[in-house]
Amino acid sequence: MGVVAHVLAAGAVPARSQMGSSLGFHIILACFGIAFAAVTLTAEWIGIKRGDAAAMLLARRWSKVMAVLVAVGAVSGTVLSYEMGLLWPGLMGRFGAAIGLPFSFEGIFFFLEAIFVGVYLYGWQRLPAWAHWWSGVPIVVFGVLGALSVVAANSWMNSPAGYTLRHGKITRVDPVSVFFNASTPFETAHMVLAAYMVTAFLVAGVYAMGLLRGRRDRYHRLGFGIPFTIAGIAAPLQVMMGDIIARFIAHNQPVKFAAMEYVSKTTRDVPEWVGGILINGHVYFGSSIPAFDSILAGFSPHTRVIGWDSVPPAQRPPLVTLIHLSFDLMVGIGFFLLALAAWQGWWWWFHRRLLVTPWFLVPAALGGVAAVAAMEAGWVVTEVGRQPWIVYRVLLVNNAVTPAHGVTVTLGVILALYAILTVVSIGVPMIMSRRWRLGPPAEEETEQVPYGPSRAAAGPSADEPTSP
Amino acid sequence: MTASPEAIGVATILVVVIATYALFGGADFGGGIWDLLAGSAVRGAAPRDLIDESITPVWEANHVWLVFILVLLWTAFPPAFAAIMTALFVPLSLSLLGIVLRGVGFAFRHTAERLRMQQVTGALFAAASLITPFFMGAVVGAVATGQVPVHPAGNVLAAWTSPTAILTGFLFVAACAYVSAVFLVAEARQRAREDLTRYFSMRAIAAGVLTGALAGAAFAELSVSAPHVFAGLTGRALPLVAISIAAGIAVLGMLWRRWNHPLGLRVTAAIAVASVVWGWGLAQYPYLLPTSLSLAAGSAPTGSLVAEFVVAGLAVLLVAPAFALLYVLQQRRMLTAAETHADLRLAAGVGQANPGQPAAAPVAAATRVTKTLVLVLLTIRAIRDVFSARRRR
Ligand code: HDD
Ligand code: HEM
Ligand code: HEM
Repeated sequence: MGVVAHVLAAGAVPARSQMGSSLGFHIILACFGIAFAAVTLTAEWIGIKRGDAAAMLLARRWSKVMAVLVAVGAVSGTVLSYEMGLLWPGLMGRFGAAIGLPFSFEGIFFFLEAIFVGVYLYGWQRLPAWAHWWSGVPIVVFGVLGALSVVAANSWMNSPAGYTLRHGKITRVDPVSVFFNASTPFETAHMVLAAYMVTAFLVAGVYAMGLLRGRRDRYHRLGFGIPFTIAGIAAPLQVMMGDIIARFIAHNQPVKFAAMEYVSKTTRDVPEWVGGILINGHVYFGSSIPAFDSILAGFSPHTRVIGWDSVPPAQRPPLVTLIHLSFDLMVGIGFFLLALAAWQGWWWWFHRRLLVTPWFLVPAALGGVAAVAAMEAGWVVTEVGRQPWIVYRVLLVNNAVTPAHGVTVTLGVILALYAILTVVSIGVPMIMSRRWRLGPPAEEETEQVPYGPSRAAAGPSADEPTSP
Repeated sequence: MTASPEAIGVATILVVVIATYALFGGADFGGGIWDLLAGSAVRGAAPRDLIDESITPVWEANHVWLVFILVLLWTAFPPAFAAIMTALFVPLSLSLLGIVLRGVGFAFRHTAERLRMQQVTGALFAAASLITPFFMGAVVGAVATGQVPVHPAGNVLAAWTSPTAILTGFLFVAACAYVSAVFLVAEARQRAREDLTRYFSMRAIAAGVLTGALAGAAFAELSVSAPHVFAGLTGRALPLVAISIAAGIAVLGMLWRRWNHPLGLRVTAAIAVASVVWGWGLAQYPYLLPTSLSLAAGSAPTGSLVAEFVVAGLAVLLVAPAFALLYVLQQRRMLTAAETHADLRLAAGVGQANPGQPAAAPVAAATRVTKTLVLVLLTIRAIRDVFSARRRR
């Protein structure tokens, strides 16, 4: 027991697990914070513009779900802010002056976002239709700007820049270089696209289930079509972006790239491993494509790829198999979702209709879960691949972790609480949708959420769309 | 070495943000406390609805002030942030627990269909409203008494379990209840609810007197445990302390004479809270951690501080108008507030809200408070034991 505790504490494992699980949880809700407003506003726009009652009803219902998710997102985000200090005082105490900056801007943007979320969700009833629509636009803009800022903080950990160290103390900070470090453009673009994919595929998936069960009315077709279109636009961009990032990582963080691709020695003609488990330096159960990794990294089989032998063992990331398989999973899902989008796109182009064959709808219903898996896997690649550094090549995780006792306790509490929160954020929308389906129409408007319209009455509503 | 003007500027911003959070966040926590004390489901229905209606649209926005405090601290004063977060790991984690439980309670409460479930989630929400301000108070007390070392080797239990820290914790709880009750008087007044105006006036007066008593006790404690801060409060910051006391008494007088002008009440209560926070900030000066870490030694390089000014400027340019919009819309009742699920079902003519069924026996408020306080103290003891045992190993 004592030995186990010692081993755990030595690698900062409880703190790392707590950070990873809180982030992995928050990021899913954050995706909704970034992208759900855009999906909802699209439906509302169609609703107002065309006087489409079904689209309007969708928008109203989505905004109720958004209310629950945003509330949980705000709470889990606050947990993260505390954790940056509670778990990593060695990072914040030394580099807070630099990494803290993007977070300050995040604060502004999320503040604005929170305010307009309040206006939008509460304004359904009494604000004029277009005024209400416009009150949602700032949520979209500030959601994206907020995501840019917070991801810039993560990018800084991968490509630290914009500060001068003297005797281990920061003496000068250049905020612009901190914010726009080498990794920022790649990570932020990839993440914002991921947020749109996760949200839109998840929402579309819900209505794909409805379509599968034979509910083919306009309400379900729009409920599937609107988010699926948005997701379908993001999917090809995301795969292109991913390809660009991989080449950037090969150059910027070669050891991370080596772990992603099982490159043990620096050579040319490096094969590309698909799948496979690394045990004692051998790859089992994988298939390799000769020289393909070199081609991907530099468009030629003669490209030299740096392996992890370039740094001493203590500076190599742990869990190489996890990193590699996570990367493969992300890429695999990326192509899977791209194929789904292309299939529907093709069908729409030639037939102007939704695909309703189960061969399409079943995978489409799973698309949301797949997108979440791809995103989580991507973050595992980024974060575990950066180990053992918390700030790449500047500060080790072990030198940043808190000396305070009790992290195992807080880890346990966090895991338990997040289990509950997960049930809340999945269960509440499910209960709501069941009531929507079963309840008498009058009850529809009595749903209560942390924010949100309490009654239909005036304003744009499903039954009496207000078109200008 | 004296602090740079930039450092003083950002410290000023920090104090403003803390005061804002104390006011708005405090009022939200206080709402939860009054919810806890509102009695049985039937008797407490009216005040609970008012609380709900006034907190619901704004609580998330109010809550972001806390995030700003953290962000400002870690960017502008990183060593102080790291020291506080390490030494006060336990109370900070507990205040965080309160925040999470509150969120869960809030999210669930309105969707919980049955009364029983609503009570459980409501209780969660209300209990969390006690935990968070208490431990935040303990943290402030620990910092003020100079018990947070610059380079802590781990948790410092003595820092936040000192009498001053505990007293400050209770003071924060009472102050939240006080501010909230005053705001609720104003809300009730605006809705022309005479009964609720009376209801919260009485409670505001009681909480105000309690807050005053606790503040007096804490002040006496500080003279022994925190000489630097005490000297500041009775010296440089004396005018602010006097303003705070005067405003506090003025509010009580207004409530007593039933001069319930909504804006007048709100502003006077705000002055009482803001000036005491200012007083505390001024009294600590020039220290971030009295008396071991000065502002000069603990602040970030100029570039970061200037960037924080830009953030503050953006806040004034963008957030303030947006915030004003939210409040104006809410005050004009353009944003429709929540009613409980049961009410709405009744209004919609579906189902029954089964009114005359008080599920919990009405327990006297006083015994509940006492029980809660005893529970809090026992919990602290228990935690202290657990962690100090761990430390010895
Ligand atoms: C829906 C989600 C999703 C999808 C379909 C993809 N990715 Fe991704 N990926 C992410 C979601 C994501 C992410 C979670 O958003 C990450 C984590 C950090 C980041 O900036 O984005 C990420 C990181 C990430 C990284 C590491 C960046 C770093 O360490 O800084 C690489 C190299 C790729 N991705 C490459 C790809 C490729 C080649 C893909 C497709 C063929 C792909 N991604 C699809
Ligand atoms: C912008 C946002 C992010 C920031 C600032 C951030 C910051 C951090 C920090 C400070 C650590 C601890 C130090 C370390 O272990 O290197 C960490 C670890 C980790 N983070 Fe992130 N992170 C971010 C986003 C994410 C997201 C969205 C995920 C999603 C799953 C994630 C997953 C992890 C994991 C799994 C670890 C543990 C890695 C390990 O110890 O092997 N991170 N992150
Ligand atoms: C890639 C990583 C992250 C992204 C994309 C992200 C995004 C978001 C979004 C969109 C929200 C708004 C709440 C919602 O609408 O659901 C949010 C809330 C929040 N996030 Fe994150 N977040 C990330 C990581 C972090 C990290 C590492 C921290 C802390 C250091 C953090 C702190 C917060 C805070 C404090 C809030 C609450 C603000 C509010 O009340 O609106 N986030 N985050």
